[in-house]
Amino acid sequence: MKPFTTLIGVVAPLDRANIDTDQIIPKQFLKSIRRTGFGDNLFDAWRFEDEGSMSRTPNERIINRRFVLNQPRYQGASILLARENFGCGSSREHAVWALDEFGFRCVIAPSFADIFFNNCFKSGLLPIVLEEEIVDQLFREVARTPGYALTIDLAAQTILKPDGSMLSFAVGAHQKHCLLGGLDDVGLTLEHTDAIRAFETRHRAANPWLFGEAP
Amino acid sequence: MVGSTLYDKIWRDHVVLERDDGTCLLYIDRHLLHEVTSPQAFEGLKLAGRRPWRVDANLATPDHNVPTTARARGIEGIDDEIARVQVVTLDANCKAFGIEQYDILDPRQGIVHVVGPEQGATLPGMTIVCGDSHTSTHGAFAALAQGIGTSDVEHVLATQCLVQRKARNMKVEVTGQLPPGVAAKDLVLAIIGRVGTAGGTGCTIEFMGSAIRALSMEGRMTVCNMSIEAGARAGLIAVDDTTLDYLAGRPLAPQGDRWARAAEAWSRLHSDSDANWDVEVTLDANAIVPQVTWGTSPELVLGIDQRVPDPAGFGDPSARDQASRALAYMGLEPGTPLAEIAIDKVFIGSCTNARIEDLRAAAEVARGRQVASGVQALVVPGSGPVKRQAEAEGLAEIFVDAGFEWRDPGCSMCLAMNADKLAPGERCASTSNRNFEGRQGHGGRTHLVSPAMAAAAAIAGHFTDVRELARGSR
Repeated sequence: MKPFTTLIGVVAPLDRANIDTDQIIPKQFLKSIRRTGFGDNLFDAWRFEDEGSMSRTPNERIINRRFVLNQPRYQGASILLARENFGCGSSREHAVWALDEFGFRCVIAPSFADIFFNNCFKSGLLPIVLEEEIVDQLFREVARTPGYALTIDLAAQTILKPDGSMLSFAVGAHQKHCLLGGLDDVGLTLEHTDAIRAFETRHRAANPWLFGEAP
Repeated sequence: MVGSTLYDKIWRDHVVLERDDGTCLLYIDRHLLHEVTSPQAFEGLKLAGRRPWRVDANLATPDHNVPTTARARGIEGIDDEIARVQVVTLDANCKAFGIEQYDILDPRQGIVHVVGPEQGATLPGMTIVCGDSHTSTHGAFAALAQGIGTSDVEHVLATQCLVQRKARNMKVEVTGQLPPGVAAKDLVLAIIGRVGTAGGTGCTIEFMGSAIRALSMEGRMTVCNMSIEAGARAGLIAVDDTTLDYLAGRPLAPQGDRWARAAEAWSRLHSDSDANWDVEVTLDANAIVPQVTWGTSPELVLGIDQRVPDPAGFGDPSARDQASRALAYMGLEPGTPLAEIAIDKVFIGSCTNARIEDLRAAAEVARGRQVASGVQALVVPGSGPVKRQAEAEGLAEIFVDAGFEWRDPGCSMCLAMNADKLAPGERCASTSNRNFEGRQGHGGRTHLVSPAMAAAAAIAGHFTDVRELARGSR
């Protein structure tokens, strides 16, 4: 996983609540057996007028010029500003891969769906929860300031605004550690192999029916 | 000392270690796999030179991509080459790592959340994960069952653990009894309508109360299945005799002395009366009528006796905006009675509603009637055993005689990854779990209902109160 330390990025606003992972990456693109190739189809049904499939490239598609991410001022944005319950629905991690590959490294919202929130940290995408009033304020500032950018410092857990003011945000210590170092969670867990083995022995003794031995 | 919730108990029984920030390593007893969210996880294992920690904890079946026609052709019957590669890849990975798979031609194949309980692979007190958000289904057995992303699929394969913080405890108590003609699906839609699609975020929901206790295991699975539509990763229902009666004798359930010992251990799988709840909600089952969703989020739901709401009536600007967008997408006008909305397609299936009782409820409505002209109606059983049982009971014949298409098991039009999908603008009465934009096909319009309500809509050509249809002649 690539590390996340600091990010200076243009903010793109996506002003609707309850954005589900079916919108972030529609199901017809989940047929791939690879971890890459999803960025072209991020928000596919909103970014394009016509129906997409895995065999069609963006160049062959009809672009929806009204959709916010297609507006020239938000090209190259790496921070997505969203509303409550972002990433609800399906557990597909492809949603995170698509956001990352499209160029987003951070999503700011008043709340996230649990599975999506957790998935973000596995692929180097930083989800930041801010209070609704602060998110409202950010939406207003982004709307009136072309090129509006934020500087995010994960180690300090701060967001520097263009006016020089600073916001702070919370992040779990373990998740922060993994993101900062770009660390593989599996490797970290396997450092506890002895503890897992010991647990397993106790667990099997107490609940033998949970283990092997075909009936 | 304050008592424990069911969730507290299962959690405590599975914590391997806890880090300073509250993050835990949670031991996983059962890992279910399917073709869509596992290939990258297996690839990760291979690249790192790792093996599965405990092969016997895993069980796989292809479901999302499989065709619901011409099943005898097996993998060759998948016309979409990219989808076929995914199913072939699951086969290859299961063989390479020694993981048991009910493959596309196996008589036990089906939707993974139907297969697990049916085979007894789902047991009370277990921790269960799968790379699919509807893993919450298995909570009906007092198992802590959660959907995970692909990185966590790899993590669980490699370590038998999930890295997680404990969620909060939410209690949803449903008092009274569901009236005749009102199903578990109506109950869970009413709950979601009440708490909202993010109402359970950060929580594990336990469903309890007289109306929950009265549900069969299949009804309980329908309720827990849609916990995720209320924002909760996991839903739970305590163990009782209904649970034990369902599990006894299932192929993978413990037998003999082991069964007796397990059943005794499971008897403690309920919340203590003095347990502490972070969130509490109470509903009266007696007041619930058959439900129909009208929008593009499961929380946008009303009784069949209601009208499409006017977005202007929503006080919160965000909710108003959501309702306006939903009506535009759904092609609906405020004030239209839900019972006057005409449909093009009907889908009876999915991990929410494709079990034998669901098919019986739909068949009871379909028996001796005809699907309205111009309506295409699909019945997709949840598994091979469900399909065979429905055929043995004569349900398949009832459906076919009434003009329904009787298909082979899989996820099918719930998410339309296979050939079963809506065309742009088509409207569907669906027993599935998500009415998101495009969920059943690009531009398709989904209304979530119970199996009986879906069958009633197929007959009438529009939504209708199944309780009234039942009173009419055939």
